Formats: sequence, structure tokens, C-alpha cells
Amino acid sequence: MNTTTVRIIKFEFSDVLRSKWVLIYGLFFFLLTETLFRFGGTSARVMLSLSNVVLIIVPLICIVYGTIYLYNAREFMELMLAQPLRRRSLFGGLYSGLVIPLNLSFLVGVGLPFLLHGVERTAHLQAFSMLLLAGVFLTLIFIALAFLISTAYEDKMKGLGIAILSWLLFSVAYDGVMLSLIYRFSDYPLEKAVIALTLLNPVDLARTLLLMQLDIAALMGYTGAVFELFFGSIMGAAISLAALSLWVICPMWLGLRQFRRKDF
Amino acid sequence: MITITGLQKRFGKLAVLRGIDLNIAPGKVTAIVGPNGSGKTTLIKTLLGLVRPDSGTISLAGVSLNGDPSYREMIGYMPQAGKFPENLTVSEVLRLVKDVRRHSGPLDEALFEQFQLAESLNKPIRTLSGGTRQKLSATIAFLFRPEILILDEPTAGLDPVASAQLKDKICRERDGGRTVILTSHIMSEIEALSDILVFLQDGKVFYNGTLAAMIHSSGETRLERAIARLMEGGDAA
Repeated sequence: MNTTTVRIIKFEFSDVLRSKWVLIYGLFFFLLTETLFRFGGTSARVMLSLSNVVLIIVPLICIVYGTIYLYNAREFMELMLAQPLRRRSLFGGLYSGLVIPLNLSFLVGVGLPFLLHGVERTAHLQAFSMLLLAGVFLTLIFIALAFLISTAYEDKMKGLGIAILSWLLFSVAYDGVMLSLIYRFSDYPLEKAVIALTLLNPVDLARTLLLMQLDIAALMGYTGAVFELFFGSIMGAAISLAALSLWVICPMWLGLRQFRRKDF
Repeated sequence: MITITGLQKRFGKLAVLRGIDLNIAPGKVTAIVGPNGSGKTTLIKTLLGLVRPDSGTISLAGVSLNGDPSYREMIGYMPQAGKFPENLTVSEVLRLVKDVRRHSGPLDEALFEQFQLAESLNKPIRTLSGGTRQKLSATIAFLFRPEILILDEPTAGLDPVASAQLKDKICRERDGGRTVILTSHIMSEIEALSDILVFLQDGKVFYNGTLAAMIHSSGETRLERAIARLMEGGDAA
């Protein structure tokens, strides 16, 4: 990472913080986790409820906020690109400048209540770190998707629409389609197909990762059970993490490629 | 100073630049004129690397542009409409640009003082008038004492006083040996400022020569008339 990138990250960091949305985002997770602790009690139950919220909220906020932010940063990009800096540095700066504050907010918001109330037993500690890891991965992935969308479409409204549609697809529609497939072809062995379908959806991947950690894979849906059966916990987690990493790298690479070819 | 050969650029179906060959002489003011949509801004943006040409080459001071951004240290750019992050203040924008530019040596703050931008230092960009934005834009273009100045309709939106100050500045820089490229629709301005005239029409160079030769060859006495004649001729062709 070169110094120009660091300067851009520094600048964007203060810009993102000034907009206060990132702080509200962190505060939301803090209040949510804290409330769950007060009502739910044990950290295992808190984690279970929290997982469901994280899987919905993190992708939604990241892709919508990221897309809006990047469209609004168009002037900033034009100003910067007339200066002697590489597009790659600007891309790296913009991406990190979004991902770092959002992740910090998320980690502090979720982590602080757990620190205050204490995580029970070491097994939960592992599940807890998986929860944080899943949140971080989802942030990285959905900001990269936001980048891809905002460079591909000139029109802000169109881009925002596509961002929301992508979220709907990954978070809601995909599961519906998968369920109906499973139901329709229930006479056939579907394990491999289900695994393949899961690998193609980052939200499902994160969900599988979390469910396997919480020892309730069999209770909480088909995908988790299949993953557990096929790979066992450790291998399953490793495969989900690898697939999640690919989900970060591919959109980022495509986004950078588009960004470097873009006309401003 | 700048050599452009065979430059082509399409936006979708629209061919904006259709094979531009151009030499821009050092130490002179070159005015690029032409009707709206003739490709002036696109040409300027390809010089800056903001727009990627489909084909053709550009070389600047003997170095051909190949993706290395360091050549932009030589360039000061004033866009057609100065766009800045809306929620930053003037002083933050200036600090940001200085930060990225990492210019060593003294800055040229003459325009900053003449335009009295110090009064607006703590104002957010979104509260600035169009004219003040242009002043900021001009200040940034000249700030780092660049070898090449690229000014896209520099005086549009400026009040007469600021406009005169900017024109004087352009002349001073030219006399100091810097290369200036500007576009404008104000013929009197071009007549007063520029040495060389490049006329673009439909993405091609239609005329390239000294201002005096241009007026002389058209048989008119005023540039405005001469250009009008050229445009009519261009339409007929």
C-alpha cells in the first residue's frame, strides 16, 4: 500500500465519520446486542438471534450505503484523478476508507456488549469469533459489490435500484428458489446441488458458517445439515471461508478492472 | 510539448474523437475551439487520462502516456465546472490536493490572494456560488506551478474582475514559458489570449494554425467572423 492510498484512506475516514451514518450503524449493533443480553440471558442465545440480524442487516447497509457513498464521491474521484496518482491507489483508498470504518463500527457495536457480559465457555468464544468474522466478510463482499455496481452504471438511481435488488436476491429470493428446488426435487439426491448453490451465495455461506459453529446445524435448515454431513465442522468451515474469500476477491478484481477503464 | 496521433474515442454509438492528430507547441497558448459537442472536453480529458482513448497515442514532453500517472505532476487542470466534494470546506479541499500532489518548492498563491479566497476558507463547498467554485478551481490549477496548464472554459461563470485577473495570469504564465491549452466560446477572449488556434469539428481537427494566419486567410478582420465562416464551411463539407 503506497502513501497516496494511505492519504486517501485518512481523508475518507474523516469524511465517512463526519456523515455519522457509520456511528449510527455501530450504535444499532451495540443497542441490539445489549438488548438481547438483557432479555435473552446466555451468550449462546444472544449469538443465535444476533446471527440472524447480522446476516440481513450487514449486507443491506453495506451495499446501499456503499453505493450511495460512491456515487456521491464522483466529484472527489474526478478531482483526484487529475492529480498524479494511480487509479489503483484511488480504488484502494476508497475501498479501504469505506470498509475500515464500517467494520470497526460493527466490531465495536457487537463486541462491546459481549465484553461487558462475558462470553461463556471457550466453545462459545469460537462461535463468537465466527460471528465477527462473518460480519467482516459480508462487509468486504458487499462493499466490493457496491463498487462494481457504482462503476458499471452512470445513473445513480439505477445503480441504487440494482444494489437493493442484489441484496434482495442474495438475502431473500435465493433461499426461496433453493427451498422450492429442494421441495420439487425431493425424490432425488440433492446434497451436491445444494452445496454448489450455497457456494454461489455469500449470505448463505456466512449463515452456514455460523450455524455449524452453533451446534444446531441439523435444526436450522437443510444447507447446514448437508454441509455438516459432507465436510464435518472443520472442513466445512474451511470451505466456507475459502469461498467467502473468493467472494471478496472476485468482485473487487472486477470492480478494479472496471474502474481502471472507466471514463470520467 | 504534446504530440497526439490518431486519437479516437467512442461513447457507445457516438464517435466523439475521430482520428485527431495534433502538435501542441511549448510556451504558447493554444485555443481549442469548435461547436458544442465537437469533442473539445473529451480531447482535454484524454490528455489528463480521465478518458481512456480507444486508439491513438499521446506523448507529453517526449514521454508517451502509458498509465504511469507521474506525468500529471506537470499539468494544472481547470475543469469546465469545478466539482469538489460538497461537504468539504475550501481549506480542506486545498489541503487534500496539496497532500496528494506532494509538491516540493514554493506554491503559486497569486490567484488565491487576488480572488480573496481566504474569506471563504471555512465555508463548505456546497454553500459556494458557481463563480467562487471556478475561482477555487483556477487557484488549484495554477497552485503547483505546472509546466502545462489545461483550462476548460476558464472564464465561464467568473465576474468581469475575476475574469480579467485570470486572463492576466494566463498571459503572465505564457510569458514565463509555460504551455497553455484552453477552450472557450468567447471569441474576444481567444483573440486576446491565444497564439495558436485549433478548430475541432465532428471529432476532427479542421484547422490548426496561428491566429493571425487564420484571420488573414478567411479575408475577415475579426476572429468571430472568421470562425463563423469556418463553421459554415465545415457544415457544407
